[in-house]
Amino acid sequence: MNGPFQPGTAIVAAESRFAVPGMRCAGCISKIEHGLNARTGVHAARVNFTSKQVSIAHDPEISDADLGEAIRALGFEPTLIADIDAAKDETDTMRELLRALAVSGFAAMNVMLLSVSVWSGADGATRELFHWISALIALPAITYSGRPFYRSAWSALRHGRTNMDVPIAIGVTITAAMSLHETIVGGEHAYFESALMLLFFLLAGRALDAMMRRKVGDGVTALARQSAPGALVIDSDGASQWRKSAELESGMVMQLAAGERLAADGVVRSGTSAIDASLLTGESAPQPVAAGEKVFAGTLNIDAPITVEVTAAADETALADIGRLMETAGQSKSRYVRIADRGARLYAPVVHALAALTFVGWMIAGAGWHQAMLISVAVLIITCPCALGLAVPVAQVVATDALMKLGILVKHESALERLAEADRVVFDKTGTLTLDRPAPDNLDDLNADQKRVALALARTSRHPLASSLRRALENQGVRAADIDAAEERAGQGVFGRYRDQPVSLARPDTAQSTPAVALRAGDAPDIVIRFRDSLRPGAAEMVDAMAELGLPGSILSGDTAEAIRPVAKELRLTAQASARPDDKCAALERLGRAGDHVLMVGDGLNDGPALAAAHVSMAPGSASDVGQNAADLVFLGDSLAPLPVAVRVARRTMAIVRQNFALAIIYNVLAVPLAIAGFVTPLVAAVAMSLSSLIVIGNSLRLRSAR
Amino acid sequence: MTGLAILIPVAIGLGLAGLAAFFWALSDDQFDDPDGAAARILTDEDDEA
Repeated sequence: MNGPFQPGTAIVAAESRFAVPGMRCAGCISKIEHGLNARTGVHAARVNFTSKQVSIAHDPEISDADLGEAIRALGFEPTLIADIDAAKDETDTMRELLRALAVSGFAAMNVMLLSVSVWSGADGATRELFHWISALIALPAITYSGRPFYRSAWSALRHGRTNMDVPIAIGVTITAAMSLHETIVGGEHAYFESALMLLFFLLAGRALDAMMRRKVGDGVTALARQSAPGALVIDSDGASQWRKSAELESGMVMQLAAGERLAADGVVRSGTSAIDASLLTGESAPQPVAAGEKVFAGTLNIDAPITVEVTAAADETALADIGRLMETAGQSKSRYVRIADRGARLYAPVVHALAALTFVGWMIAGAGWHQAMLISVAVLIITCPCALGLAVPVAQVVATDALMKLGILVKHESALERLAEADRVVFDKTGTLTLDRPAPDNLDDLNADQKRVALALARTSRHPLASSLRRALENQGVRAADIDAAEERAGQGVFGRYRDQPVSLARPDTAQSTPAVALRAGDAPDIVIRFRDSLRPGAAEMVDAMAELGLPGSILSGDTAEAIRPVAKELRLTAQASARPDDKCAALERLGRAGDHVLMVGDGLNDGPALAAAHVSMAPGSASDVGQNAADLVFLGDSLAPLPVAVRVARRTMAIVRQNFALAIIYNVLAVPLAIAGFVTPLVAAVAMSLSSLIVIGNSLRLRSAR
Repeated sequence: MTGLAILIPVAIGLGLAGLAAFFWALSDDQFDDPDGAAARILTDEDDEA
């Protein structure tokens, strides 16, 4: 019942997976599943509520875009998960770790029971019997649970490198071999429970780390979906034919209706219209275009039908360039070395050297090789990286959960580490600092009757300004007037008759500095309704709070200088205007080279490369798919207040991680001399190991109250 | 000592049974969607695919 496929489905089905972060309740599950299952061609849809994903088995004919559209129609915002195999691999890794964890836990507990009686004084035949039973349980369990470490250690050694798993694998193997030898010769000390406990704690750390990685769901690209699936192509003899984006070639002529998205880059052949290029430039106001001007794939034709001659299609469009830019920009992030790995690089050689020196030291001091070996094994066990292995993952999982409750999703495994290092913040304007919903500024200039007419007219159009005006008026509780013969004239506005007077909501005759419409009724003078981007709530407080945290801000926007000025002034930020995606990337790289760790906050497709290139990045939940995927963290809701909260939590997390490291080091400083001196019996080792791990876990749990 | 001959196998056997149950649950996707399972009991439908 849990499988995504219906049993007995004979037809070969394709599987697609979407992330749907918006589902919050039990009702959403059935709404999505029922809605999708009701569609023809969908075999089965199954929601995974924990990972906020839906997997759909469907006929291969149904494209992912159609399915995405279907989910959108149900009222949810989906993101296609391109690489299903990678997601499945991660689930498999997770399961292998959990199995190994269960086996080592089971074995450790049973062996521990036997060991307790040995420590409490059992000797002679009883001790020998218990050692043998322990060996019978421990050896298969170590072989099974140790596989993740052996594999990783082996592959590191084969490539002439060393990693954290090498000392672990060597330590566990030597401990098990020594204990077996002790068992056979009837010796006093067997360290089976230590070896198993070591594996158990380390696997717990690994499993938490894998859980974290599974949550972040990387490798999602939905760039292609931003461009139109195809276009109506006009042949030389006038016949028209629908062609997919991939089949478009330069020289073809596309016919574009108003409201249609461009499938390829091109030059306008005939017609005038306005283009919404916000996807590429982030500029919110529509740009007028006429014959001979360039237009780009992914932009939206708003006003009137136009014909466009294709100049670049498929992989050659500016949109595809952004995709490639993002790929290269993201590479620096994958080179980031996480703090745990940095610790491991120091740790391995030190531990090996210590154990080896102990062995040599005791040999010189005249102890037999047997005793020297036993003591150096104790050193290996006592320096076990349990606390180190738990220090980072426990803190991060706890912090991630705490942040999720505050509406901040951590999307990259090293995001918190990088966020804690940020010392500068760069904002995009449109959609990030502002809500990207232009709001009418001077509605109070209209009397009640004019408002009713304006609402009636605005309702008939789907132009962005008209819908914004409609929302604002409806929020004021205005009722629409009765209007006759309402019609929308492309590129001009909406026209109708009210009480036998011509009325219209149209482009103003005089040039305006901000987007605006003119309300005209009969012979009365025009009333110009101006629109302005409204700042997100908490923007000013956020900028101050960030500055206080030591992150001075600036604006980097694709918008024009005039559009940015009011926002920059209100927030007292410096700004760089008219930045194209590659400019943004270059600006961030410049800052990075200057030694700044930049936190980029942006939302649009045009911010994608910048979000990928920045040291760490955040996007609002309203961001485009590309923006959300490229960002390391996503915050939900309109308010910008989560930004400083995230920075504070990230810094606290790293402070806790460093404390954990310090605790682990203090513990080693105290315990290692004892081990070297030969005072560490299996009992002492077991107690010390559990104690240090518990302290680290307890310390990390303090993050639960993160704010 | 005879007690041990019974008790130890029993103890280990019980542990193994728990381990087997966990392995089964894991391979049966029981831990795939814990939050979803909690939410699904609230919806009343029997035509589950």
